[in-house]
Amino acid sequence: MNTWHTLISLLPFEWAQFGFMRTALLAILIVSPLFALMGTLVVNNRMAFFSDAIGHASLTGVGLGVLLGMANPLGALVGFALILGIGIIALQRFTRSAMDTVISLSMSFSVALGVVLLSRGGNFNKFSHYLIGDLLSITNQEIAQLLVTSVVVGGGLLLGYNRILFIGLNESLARSRGMNAWWTQMLFCTAIVMVVTMNLSWVGILIVNSMLIVPAAGARNIARNSRQYVLYAVAIALFSGIAGLIASYSFNTATGASIVLVAMGCFVVTLGIKAARSASPIR
Amino acid sequence: MELDHHKGVARHLCGECCTKLENINVTLDGRRVLEDISLHLHCGELTTLVGPNGAGKSTLLRTLLGEVPHTGILHFLPVFGHGRPDAPAMGYVPQQLEFDRYSPISVLDAFSSALSRWPVALWHSRRHRQTALDALAAVHAEHLINRRLGELSGGELQRVLLALSLTPVPNLLLLDEPVSGIDLPGRELFYRTVSELRHDYDLSILMVSHDLAGITAVSDRIVFLNHRIVCAGTPAEVIANPEVRRTFGLEISDSPRA
Repeated sequence: MNTWHTLISLLPFEWAQFGFMRTALLAILIVSPLFALMGTLVVNNRMAFFSDAIGHASLTGVGLGVLLGMANPLGALVGFALILGIGIIALQRFTRSAMDTVISLSMSFSVALGVVLLSRGGNFNKFSHYLIGDLLSITNQEIAQLLVTSVVVGGGLLLGYNRILFIGLNESLARSRGMNAWWTQMLFCTAIVMVVTMNLSWVGILIVNSMLIVPAAGARNIARNSRQYVLYAVAIALFSGIAGLIASYSFNTATGASIVLVAMGCFVVTLGIKAARSASPIR
Repeated sequence: MELDHHKGVARHLCGECCTKLENINVTLDGRRVLEDISLHLHCGELTTLVGPNGAGKSTLLRTLLGEVPHTGILHFLPVFGHGRPDAPAMGYVPQQLEFDRYSPISVLDAFSSALSRWPVALWHSRRHRQTALDALAAVHAEHLINRRLGELSGGELQRVLLALSLTPVPNLLLLDEPVSGIDLPGRELFYRTVSELRHDYDLSILMVSHDLAGITAVSDRIVFLNHRIVCAGTPAEVIANPEVRRTFGLEISDSPRA
């Protein structure tokens, strides 16, 4: 940790002189690749709306945590998001309803419940930092937490990558090869919940899903296979993470949102590359 | 029908009943889709399922895949395959692969992700690339290995899926209208490949098809299904059946429709 701070403070930039900026930079370097890797699978398996619901469900998790008098609502957060995620998948499977309707219903319910719980007594403003997030307040202890969960979830994702990819391609085909779609989907859902809830306090509920989706969506425009897909997504996530952090310092804006804006810029660039490629006669 | 079901099995093959369906009934949403289906599939034999639309042909395949609740007994030859313990190693080529055409998944990615746990997001092992190349070569598609799945034409995709379903070689191959939407030369190539496979690997194949003209030459047995088995036998026997002739319009013009 100390080595990191010493090294970065040698950089000839004004922002590198502040401890909170160096810690934030480290956090970005840890979680960006994980967000990107997970995002590629979320987008491939058409679960972008699902992970959005998980993010919004966190509002209720915070509300429940407060109601139960928890000092740190993380437990309630993870618990509620997990129940909601598994509930959505089960509901969709057993009722065979359209996924978007089921998700929309669950999201309406959890957001409404969350707002009702948190606005009791008119104190909603106290919790508004959960909406926007605050990366610059991240502490060294939280960095350690992030590192551990990122390594665990990232390792799990890599272990299950092929399976999740193949089941996302076509479930019947996967079943014919003896793959169990239900368990894979459950474990993937757990991984999404872990990543979203662990990063909530610094990214914010409103944009946590963008961190997952935007780099992957951009990479998808230009990638021709899975390896390129993940590689480009990680590159976009790292670039927009660092650039967004510096921009948020310079313009005094919320870090998470600044990162997402840079990532959106990257997305537009990849769209341009895609258009240029299909316009040129030789590929 | 029970007595003569071994008729038509090629002499040099084992001719054993690899897969047995006994009195299978399937009810979906209160509607009886399959009624009392008893059918034996033999090694080295190509059985084709024909019948009108909505007759339950695809449902029968999905029942074999274990996706549809049913009554009756499914018996598979006990093998140590890559499937579940109660099912043999199955290969499956769906009617039309429903997938996201813009996914950056290459043909090699599809093979590697099915065959190994080493994440395709990192790199492919040389061994799996060679396995994929060999499998693709068998269906004349090795040049497609680095293409995206979404870029393939209908015929190319079916051939790639066939190659995938044969890696590793299953005991039972299920083909659901594999040639729908494929041009005539593509169909011929597909049928020729399938025909060679059953002899080379001694595997049982169950194929759903509407293409009566194309399948009579390659099938060992044809089963005419309309919720129940109307008739089953050699291609010549089934074509002679009046209900089959009516369904396929063979009474009006004497040649089968393409």
